[in-house]
Amino acid sequence: MEIKVVRNILSANEQIAAKNRKLWDEHGVLAVNLMSSPGAGKTSLILQTIRRLRSIMRVAVIEGDIASTLDADKINKEGVRVVQVNTGGSCHLDANMLSLAIDSLPLADIDLLIIENVGNLICPAQFDLGEHKRAMIISCPEGDDKPYKYPLMFTTADVVLVNKIDLLEVLDFNIVALEVAVKGINPQAPIFPLSCKSGEGIEAWVLWLLAERENCKEFYDSL
Amino acid sequence: MHELAITQSMLDLALEQARKAQAKQVTQINLVIGEMSGVVCDSVEFYFNILSQDTIAHRASLSFQQIPIQLRCRRCGTVFSPSEPPWACPSCRQWDAEVVTGRELYIDSIEVE
Repeated sequence: MEIKVVRNILSANEQIAAKNRKLWDEHGVLAVNLMSSPGAGKTSLILQTIRRLRSIMRVAVIEGDIASTLDADKINKEGVRVVQVNTGGSCHLDANMLSLAIDSLPLADIDLLIIENVGNLICPAQFDLGEHKRAMIISCPEGDDKPYKYPLMFTTADVVLVNKIDLLEVLDFNIVALEVAVKGINPQAPIFPLSCKSGEGIEAWVLWLLAERENCKEFYDSL
Repeated sequence: MHELAITQSMLDLALEQARKAQAKQVTQINLVIGEMSGVVCDSVEFYFNILSQDTIAHRASLSFQQIPIQLRCRRCGTVFSPSEPPWACPSCRQWDAEVVTGRELYIDSIEVE
C-alpha cells in the first residue's frame, strides 16, 4: 500500500524554528543567523559589531561550533552575554539546539541576538533556526565564483558581507564579478564590502542592522 | 555531513506516517531531492541502513528522484539549466534569474505492508 506523504523532510526542524521565532517576537528580539565558511570572519565581525552597537543596543550572541569555546571566550571578554553551543560533530546548528540555548538567555533584556553558525557554506543554509534575517560572509580569499558553487546559501541570504577587502591588492578576487554573481540570483540582498581588520565598511553593515532592528521594533509596537 | 540529520528526520517522518496507517513494515520510501539541497544520496543510504535498524523501516528501499537546478530569467522568462558560470540566460544573455526547481527536499510517499 502506498501512502502519499509530500512533506518536507525537515518539517520537524521547521516547527521548532517557528517556536523559536515566536519566542523572539514575544520579547522583541531581532535574531540574525550569521553564516560563512570557516575562517571568513564571523567572530571578527561579531566583535566589531558589538563594539559599535553596545552603547545603543543590548546585544547577545549564540556561538555555534563543532567543539571548543575559543570564540565564546573572545566574545565574553567584550562583556556581552554569550551562550556556547557545541554541536558535537554536526556541521550546522538546527532549531532544536537553538531552542535549548535560548532557554539560558534573558530574552527580555536583549535587542539583538547574533547567532554564529558553524563554518560551512552548505549545511547551515538548509536548517531554519527561526531567525528573522540571514547574514552571510564571503571573504575575498575564497574566490568570486562561490555564489555559483553554493547557490542555496547565496539565494537565501538577506545580506551578503564581503570581508577581507584589505587583501584585494594581493588577490585575484574580482569584487564586481562577485556582485554580479550574487545579484543575478538574489537581487534583493544588499552587498557590503568590508574589512574586520581595518574596520573599513563596517558602518554600512551596522546601519543595516539598526534599520532592521527599527523595522522589527515598529512591527512589535504595532502588535 | 548534514545527511545524518536529514536521514534521521526523514526516518522519523516515514515512521510517523507508517504508524498512523498502522503498518507493520515500511518497504519503500520515495524521496525527492533537489540538487541545491547538497544532499548526497549515497550518504543517505549509508546512514539509513544504520539508523533504521530495530525499526519497521529496516530494509526498506530508498528511491531518489533527483531534481536538477532550473532557473527562470527575470528579464525574458526563459527557463534554463545553469552550467558553467556565469549563469547567463541562453536567450537574452542577462544574468538575473530566480530558482524554479532544485530546492526540493521531501518525502513524496512511502510504501507499507
